[in-house]
Amino acid sequence: MTFPPQKLIGYAALVAFGLAAPFVFPNYHSQMAELWLFVVFALTWDLVGGQMGYNSFGNVLFIGVGAYACAVAQVGLLYDISNYTASDGGDATIYVFTVPQYLTGLAIGLPFAALLAGLVAAFFGSVVLGMRGHYFAICTLGLGVAAGQIAAGWEWIGAGSGMTPPNAPRGIGDLAQFFYFFSFVLAVACFVVIRWLLSTRFGLALNAIRDDEDKAEAMGLPTTRIKVTAWTFAAVFLGLSGGILGNLKRFIDPIDVAFAGETYGVWMVLMAILGGKGTIWGPVIGAAIFQVLKEVFWTYLLGWQRVALGLMIVLIVVFFPQGILGWVREKFPEMFGHRVDRGPAREPAE
Amino acid sequence: MILINAPVITADLVINGLLVGAIFALAAYGMALVWGVMNIINIAQGEFVMLGGYVTMILFWNGIHPLFGVVVAPVILYGVGWALYRLVVFRVVDRDLFVSLLATFGLSILMQQLMNTAFTGDIWTAQSELGTSLLFGGLVSISNIKIAAFFLAIMLGGCLVAFLRYSRLGQAIRATSQNARAARVLGVDTDKLYAITFGLNAAICGAAGALVAMTYNIHPYIGLPYTIRAFMIVIVAGLGNLAGVVFAGLGLGAAENIAGFVLGAEFQLAFVFGLLVVVLVWRNTRLAAKRQYLK
Amino acid sequence: MTALLEIENVSKSFGGVQANKEISLEVPEGAIVGLIGPNGSGKTTLFSSIVGQYPIDGGSIRFESEEISTLRVAQIARLGMLRTFQQTRIYGQMTCMQNMVISASVRKRGFGELFHGQHDPQVSKHAEEMLEFVGLYEKRLLRAGSLSFGQQKLLEFAMALMNEPKLLMLDEPTAGINPTLINGLIDRLKRANAQFGITLFVIEHNMRVIMNLAQHIYCLAHGELLASGTPDKIRNDPNVIDAYLGAH
Repeated sequence: MTFPPQKLIGYAALVAFGLAAPFVFPNYHSQMAELWLFVVFALTWDLVGGQMGYNSFGNVLFIGVGAYACAVAQVGLLYDISNYTASDGGDATIYVFTVPQYLTGLAIGLPFAALLAGLVAAFFGSVVLGMRGHYFAICTLGLGVAAGQIAAGWEWIGAGSGMTPPNAPRGIGDLAQFFYFFSFVLAVACFVVIRWLLSTRFGLALNAIRDDEDKAEAMGLPTTRIKVTAWTFAAVFLGLSGGILGNLKRFIDPIDVAFAGETYGVWMVLMAILGGKGTIWGPVIGAAIFQVLKEVFWTYLLGWQRVALGLMIVLIVVFFPQGILGWVREKFPEMFGHRVDRGPAREPAE
Repeated sequence: MILINAPVITADLVINGLLVGAIFALAAYGMALVWGVMNIINIAQGEFVMLGGYVTMILFWNGIHPLFGVVVAPVILYGVGWALYRLVVFRVVDRDLFVSLLATFGLSILMQQLMNTAFTGDIWTAQSELGTSLLFGGLVSISNIKIAAFFLAIMLGGCLVAFLRYSRLGQAIRATSQNARAARVLGVDTDKLYAITFGLNAAICGAAGALVAMTYNIHPYIGLPYTIRAFMIVIVAGLGNLAGVVFAGLGLGAAENIAGFVLGAEFQLAFVFGLLVVVLVWRNTRLAAKRQYLK
Repeated sequence: MTALLEIENVSKSFGGVQANKEISLEVPEGAIVGLIGPNGSGKTTLFSSIVGQYPIDGGSIRFESEEISTLRVAQIARLGMLRTFQQTRIYGQMTCMQNMVISASVRKRGFGELFHGQHDPQVSKHAEEMLEFVGLYEKRLLRAGSLSFGQQKLLEFAMALMNEPKLLMLDEPTAGINPTLINGLIDRLKRANAQFGITLFVIEHNMRVIMNLAQHIYCLAHGELLASGTPDKIRNDPNVIDAYLGAH
């Protein structure tokens, strides 16, 4: 991939802004950290949904797997997990983590989260991705919610009471600020990887599957392998984001945080659609706008914020399904590299 | 296994399961109706059930016997369904199925949160005080409201079937589900018909909700499981298969009850959603052997 | 000539209707073979069965002497047998160039090659050559979905050529094409056969086209093989004439 100089400067500016943000807005660390995680949610959803045509309602499965996997690794390296969860992990006198221990826990927990999420995707993928359209959507919804229900009943990881990730030792400083950088780096990495993927023939293959999967098969493309690979890419990033999310929220509730089908699960779809499905910046823009709107609702519509959010979902889906970049693309197609033939319709010359 | 050695428990589970299964079948029939007529999978199906339950609770809280809910809830829910169609659903009828899925999902979240804000997350039951019956010489006791609900569900379903089969409007609905374009050409106002169908579906769910409020309990989040149960039943039975819907509904009720006992109550919903995945995967795999897929 | 494709006693029925009944035919390597027959005679069903879209009820299908009736569509395509669709299928939201690039032969490349850039010079050059061959070079950066039906048909043909198949099965390649352009299409088909060495198996309704194009013609009627022979022989076969007249 080559980058023209203006684009490089633009990207550098964004990165600089991202790195400086926690110091410029000291009161919003956790919201901004969550924003970068939302960017990952939206980008990965769009990879499989907007680019490949497989609209999933169950990507929370990987977030949840990642959240629990990371916490289990973080705790399990030093202490017995069942004792920890039985006592709600809160007893800070017993369950102590020094700074090096805490950091090691993350260094092991996050990759473990990514690995486990990826394995789950590969395992379920070959079967679940054999379904098309709404069957795939509903099946993934079932998977995500079922996982949440199972987690809510599994004593070892805390069942309905959830699991608390290790308490950060004093030396870490502001937890939200600490994890802000993790989520920012993850979002940047996710963007870079997906942008690269979309510049390869693999990206074309995804679009081909979206536009006409039967044709893609008829042309010899190994569609199953392509689909599973895409979902696994998404799962790995979602697993990492789950690990970060659990630590950021300081509490992993099986239904409301880990496998949050009716919040994160639907929101990620909304973000991609709001920004513009099938584009690289659409999900990013959608995530940013969504997070801002959500915070506004929470601050000014307390008591009715979730109702407002539900209403917003309906309005966007019904009235604005092409999203911001989709709307721009209709008005200014050349910006997207699509040449439009403005001449009279002609048959090709003999 | 304990189930084999304790036939009384098994009988209890199965009978209670079959009784609640009729309610599932009712919701499933409504979902099949909307799916068949306007090609929309209504994710908010369970929320209509939930709303019907709350209507019944309101009656109960005002000193009216909740059984009247079986009449009042459908009437109110018909209006709700009809209104939702006219406001939102009509805009997504002709678009691709994922948009309608997402739109009805949004509606379901909206309704959930409205009820949560209005009534908080508390769990309610409407006491019908009909007592219990004893079966098998006193070994198994079933609350009479469950038996009444079973027969009411069957009756309501039967009314709907008769309406669709014998009334002019019902026939118009069936014609539209088979070929909407032809129906339009022959003078059927399909848009009006869709509104009526969606309203009818909401009404059916409302009645189911009234039964649920009396036989079990309601809270703002009972919706999605009911939607998934209805979807599963329709998938297993097939869109046009009424008898299949009934049997699948009863079967699901029994299976769910037994699973709740064997796995533990905290895993009952996991069973429902997990079964959905299993059913879909199994169905799709069988089609894949014939080089096809679920359409 | 060796037979590239051999079909022996292939039968396929759908819910009681026998679409193909014990059909046997062969397509020699390097030839252009035609398949004709009135509507409903089972031509497209046969095509679909050959490329693996449907499992057959009975019989054998051999490509390069290997049995392929148990293989799936993508596997068969990777062996070198492609088909074009009657309704013309292309990737509507991608540009013509992208349609071509993603159609580059997977047979010679492994899965990992998918992760190479979209602008590989060798692939791009081949794509441009094929687009030029069908006359769509000027349209190469337009969205494929914005092309006219005839242009999309040519794009589909170009995509098939891009994939470097050994056998190309064309389902009514001239249907819906402006009659003044059909000669150009026939010419291109002949050139694809002669220059690129692609064996062609063509379903056609346009008698002028198929008589001009094919070296050997099979005629189906009511799901069965009715006649087989050179264009002249088929043209004068009373059974064939009957089948078409009877069908009207």
